[in-house]
Amino acid sequence: MILLVAIVFIISVGAFYLIHLLPGDPAVVILGTGASPANAAKLNAQLGLNKPIIEQYFVWIRNVLHGNLGTSFISQTTVWSTIKSAFPIDFEIIVLSQILAFATAIPIAMRSARKPDGPLDRLLGAGSFTLLSVPSFVLIVLLVLFVAIKLGVPHTGVSSYVALGTDWITNLESLALPAFTLGIGSFVVYYRVLRSDLIATLQEEFITMARSKGIGQRRIMWRHALRPSSVSLLGTAGVNIGGLLAGGFIVEYLLSIPGLGYMLIQSIGTSDYLVVQGIVLVVSVTVILINFGFDLLVNIIDPRISRE
Amino acid sequence: MSSSLYVNEAVEEAVQHARPERKKLGVLFWICVGWLALNLFGAIFANVLPLPNPLFQNYAAINAGPSLHHLLGTDDLGRDIFARIVYGSRVSIEVSLGSMLIGFGIGAPLGMLAAYRRGKFDAILSAIMYCFLAFPAIIATIAVLSFWTPRSLFKIIVVVGVASIPLVYRVIRSATLSCSTKDYVLAAKVQGASDGRILMKELLPNIAPIGVSFLLIGIATVVTLEGALAFLGLSVSPPTPSWGNMINESLAILQQNPWLAIFPSAAMCLFLLCLNFIGDRLRSHFEVSEVKL
Repeated sequence: MILLVAIVFIISVGAFYLIHLLPGDPAVVILGTGASPANAAKLNAQLGLNKPIIEQYFVWIRNVLHGNLGTSFISQTTVWSTIKSAFPIDFEIIVLSQILAFATAIPIAMRSARKPDGPLDRLLGAGSFTLLSVPSFVLIVLLVLFVAIKLGVPHTGVSSYVALGTDWITNLESLALPAFTLGIGSFVVYYRVLRSDLIATLQEEFITMARSKGIGQRRIMWRHALRPSSVSLLGTAGVNIGGLLAGGFIVEYLLSIPGLGYMLIQSIGTSDYLVVQGIVLVVSVTVILINFGFDLLVNIIDPRISRE
Repeated sequence: MSSSLYVNEAVEEAVQHARPERKKLGVLFWICVGWLALNLFGAIFANVLPLPNPLFQNYAAINAGPSLHHLLGTDDLGRDIFARIVYGSRVSIEVSLGSMLIGFGIGAPLGMLAAYRRGKFDAILSAIMYCFLAFPAIIATIAVLSFWTPRSLFKIIVVVGVASIPLVYRVIRSATLSCSTKDYVLAAKVQGASDGRILMKELLPNIAPIGVSFLLIGIATVVTLEGALAFLGLSVSPPTPSWGNMINESLAILQQNPWLAIFPSAAMCLFLLCLNFIGDRLRSHFEVSEVKL
């Protein structure tokens, strides 16, 4: 818990300091070269940039804790409202991709682990190994090129995204491609981790015991072998989320889905620094919380770990 | 005479038995090494090789398919795709080797020292590194690069390199930790070997396989990262070719000229595949488990 607080503190300092990485006067850079001195002074006062740097941090963090991440000087909307409208899209894509990845990785890994080095295992091993070398942005390009254009799956344009509230079928349709792309990437990682752990678990004595009691293969796999084998799987999943978000950013951008990634890339392009800062802060803290959540989950799944 | 011959034979036999059967790395391994070497050769000698200028815009041949004249075709500005891929590999190789040099140059000695010395030094350093490790490195990289303007190749290398330090530190530390309790380290200590000698002559050779495997993974990760940064507009600025930049540029005209997307993607994936394959083979050769990384 102390660690969590320490890390969040470091993140906040890092995110705060970003603005001072800008060359020259931050206010002028943020507002653009044509900014009037009055506007620059106003921004300086708002960000507390005219105070010593330690005091600046406290001004900034107080604002952040009140949900005030600043106002974009390009779209004139608050950074917080931008994030609030974009975040659910990322959330939905990631949840969908993870459901897809776990739902395929677990049964396929079990299949594979039953006969290690059998023909099926070798085939899946080679296939997953190849996919491991395909970054998500290459995968999405190839999917658009060879699948989406041919099948007529919606793949581009802001209009292709439909909010969840309006019509869930078209919503799912519009998120199918990004969820599938991220899902494949996660599937490969999860499959490989779970397969090797399952192979190790199946050699243990309690499995032999279960077998000798005449318990069926399926029940052994799901009831006896899966739980002790899923520790590194969950650990990997927790770490994977951070990379997934970044990969999701690019996929979103390429498909023009107005999630956080799309906003982030646009803001980098238009030098809308306050939006970039806000998104970075929110995403980092979310990733940390998710990681800690997975750590807790690992302890629940395998109590032996916390006892060590 | 005959008895000494017999002893010699027995000794030889015993030695042969004691030596574990040497595992072969396989043909595919060497093909992968060859492909990487070819890439490296192309990146280093791109200027000398008989390649068209990667920035020359030939308006007579726009979006041309592969032909004898342009081996892999041309892009929407009539630039030769093959030349751009070869020149583009420079960016990937420079960024990955440069950042790994920083990551290993700082992370590895710290990791070895922390594991060897233990105590307070290790506890404090590990706590700091753990904090940074929890930080999503890729998001930190994006954040710093988007603010630290104007962007350059050097800054990308520095940011990615610094971001990799905690990861290298953790891997090298845990590898050293498992070695430093071994008998041969104790034996060296008893013989009065200095700390520096133990670190360099006893520990380093034994953690080298893990280090090399992780280095290969690191290079593959950074090559992917460069591609990701290119999409975010944070990699080297156009018209300098890089694999990521090329794939990104191809998207606008995906339907007119799919070659423009396929060839750089293939170059990148083959490069990554070779790295992963070599890493995998080395790991099984030296019996390094994936979990340790």
